[in-house]
Amino acid sequence: MIPELGHFALILAFFVSLVQGVLPLVGAQKNRADWVAVARPATAAAFLLVGVSFACLTWAFYVNDFSVEYVAGHSNTQLPLMYRLSAVWGGHEGSLLLWVFMLVGWAAAVAAFSRQLPAAMVARVLGVLGLVTVGLLAFVILTSNPFDRLLSPPAEGRSLNPLLQDPGLIYHPPLLYMGYVGMAVAYAFAMAALLAGQLDAAWARWSRPWTTVAWVFLTLGIALGSWWAYYELGWGGWWFWDPVENASFMPWLVCTALIHSLAVTEKRGSFKNWTVLLAIAAFSLSLLGTFLVRSGVLTSVHAFATDPKRGLFILILLAVVVGASLLLFAARAPKVSLGGRFELVSRETFLLVNNVLLVVACGAVLLGTLYPLIVDAFGGGKISVGPPYFNAVFIPIMMPLLVLVALGPVARWKQADLPAMLKKLWPAAVAAVAAGIVLPMLAGEWHAYVALALALVGWMVAAWVLQTVERLKAGSPTVSWWGMQLAHFGLAVFVVGVAMVGTYEEERDVRMEPGETVSVGGHTFKFLGVHESRGPNYTADVGTFELSQDGKLLRLLHPEKRDYDSSQMPMTEAAIDAGFTRDVYVSLAEPLSPDKENGPWAVRVYFKPFVDWIWGGCLLMSLGGLLAAADRRYRIRAKSSAAVSANAAGAAA
Amino acid sequence: MKPRHKRFALIGGGLAAIGIASALVLNALDSNIAFFVTPTEVVEGKAPQGKIFRIGGMVKEGSIRRDNLTVHFAITDTAREVPVTYTGILPDLFQEGKGAVAQGRINPDGTFSATEVLAKHDENYMPPEAQHAVDQAQKAQKTIKQ
Repeated sequence: MIPELGHFALILAFFVSLVQGVLPLVGAQKNRADWVAVARPATAAAFLLVGVSFACLTWAFYVNDFSVEYVAGHSNTQLPLMYRLSAVWGGHEGSLLLWVFMLVGWAAAVAAFSRQLPAAMVARVLGVLGLVTVGLLAFVILTSNPFDRLLSPPAEGRSLNPLLQDPGLIYHPPLLYMGYVGMAVAYAFAMAALLAGQLDAAWARWSRPWTTVAWVFLTLGIALGSWWAYYELGWGGWWFWDPVENASFMPWLVCTALIHSLAVTEKRGSFKNWTVLLAIAAFSLSLLGTFLVRSGVLTSVHAFATDPKRGLFILILLAVVVGASLLLFAARAPKVSLGGRFELVSRETFLLVNNVLLVVACGAVLLGTLYPLIVDAFGGGKISVGPPYFNAVFIPIMMPLLVLVALGPVARWKQADLPAMLKKLWPAAVAAVAAGIVLPMLAGEWHAYVALALALVGWMVAAWVLQTVERLKAGSPTVSWWGMQLAHFGLAVFVVGVAMVGTYEEERDVRMEPGETVSVGGHTFKFLGVHESRGPNYTADVGTFELSQDGKLLRLLHPEKRDYDSSQMPMTEAAIDAGFTRDVYVSLAEPLSPDKENGPWAVRVYFKPFVDWIWGGCLLMSLGGLLAAADRRYRIRAKSSAAVSANAAGAAA
Repeated sequence: MKPRHKRFALIGGGLAAIGIASALVLNALDSNIAFFVTPTEVVEGKAPQGKIFRIGGMVKEGSIRRDNLTVHFAITDTAREVPVTYTGILPDLFQEGKGAVAQGRINPDGTFSATEVLAKHDENYMPPEAQHAVDQAQKAQKTIKQ
């Protein structure tokens, strides 16, 4: 009964979203206040209905209702409760339901926290979000219904893929989806402004906090996914340029560009058309990402069993979204006024270059990701594009960005004085050269690559300090300024991690008998043997390693090799000793003789200098984003401008 | 600076950026593409010589033999098979009778030296390339029977 209730709520939500998508949009165009007023209640109703549906599915998992096909396929009674509950999004159907739930959640948040916006604007934003919800709900109901029943329910479920039985499953998908779906809000604001024919600074100011918060979720989601892959997959890498990773990274790149472009649109009224295009691109790339993940057209670490019909549906949805948005854009763009003029050397130009670099980088990643599909479609055979491609293209494009990140905030709007800027920043250039020469020698061997990266870090950090000191002298800065500073500092921290781990990491695959030792990066592992241990739903071979440095015992490490009861698939659980300047990492690969307890094992050990700085940098960037979005000026109601734009909306209709 | 000059500078800068990026892309694509070849094609000598490529199919039952960290096994598309050696640690789901994709080079003696063996993350999932190889082989057999 409960699953049917969930299914029914989902179908109701579809119709409510249809109302939410049509009436307010038409009402705003025709200037009908009663239709416009439908937007908020309809949004709340859709949120409630999808919420009920989500709760029903969660309940089915909680009570182990294996008559529901999706539950039977992704859970069983042996599964610990927290994984049973997060198994709700452990498969295709449920993760899409989560996606829709987050979409209506974003819409409800817009409805609740946009009291200071003109009613017509809110109606348009919620209307566009309603239409997107209609598309995705149709997808869920028609192709991926999580409430389908089995005629003869099994006594026990098939359980969740062991790989997903990890706390990472609890946080990573929701955060990532919040980011993905948040792109829909930036998109809805852009579409609403286009529909109203009112692309102005006010629109940019309304859209900015939402876009920034979505970007924060996306950043955290990607960083957590990277960290999860690092410790769970047992490969010790933090980024693999896997198609599905790229699928989340491309919207991130475009959204980063969008945040910077929105700043120009808000402050100077320029880049309006460009900003709209970026918002469309960011959301389209989110949908493309869903397509890549859900259609299984590419070989990927995320490629789970899939159904091609679903891929086709998303592709059609993507085509509709892109087509309709570009059509609207083409109709409205010529009427958009040019913004404030600016000189060649100005903050606008620096931000423009930032945007060009980010978009070109995104294009290169997109090309590398889709190239195998394109070649296959034209009968060129099946190919794969390896990580070296992405490194060779992406890193050179990003280097100028790291130089500019120090210049942009120093430059003035409209017209900047280049000689004066250089005069101000010359100590940073000196710091860069010093950092490039000295730091790599302190860390180990001197390499050109790491020297260049650390020189850029020296430049960024020194310029950052100079700029902060100057800004503090001029009076206390705004919260959003601190947000920007924190995010840019996080970028520098991130680059340190990437450069150090890329250059100085050590990896060894070895055969070890109990009592033998192996050393990486000045750390010694002594293998003490393996014993069997029982977990809630698995049996594990638990290894014991003694980690020591310079003859001093640091701690014991216990990597595991697990065999889950419900699955044929063994799971490697690495043991990591994390530290501020390095991680050491050991994983058990496989026994090399039938005597697991006392025989030799294949063992992999890693030394990973500064690897945690990668995720630390992402965390700082996210905190910076939160500060930026929390700025007071986004919450002040500008009465006069609201009244003016309401009139303008009426006039446009 | 005159507006016309400014526009030239911006457009020129943009074109230069795109040009450099295209050069990087083309250069990197050229040297980092791995073609996918089925075991049948390898046996028929259609595999690229001296270049990295991928083969996919099923890991043949009873073919896995370990020699410390070096693993010997055969990848089959049900019609033909290719002997593969790999040194290092294999992904958790590498098992006999299951799909697998390996990347590496072919040796003059016809064995394949893999530098990478691809993981799949779901027991019920078959890498598309492995599926493709098996489908091709079965299609070929059907044609022969007719």
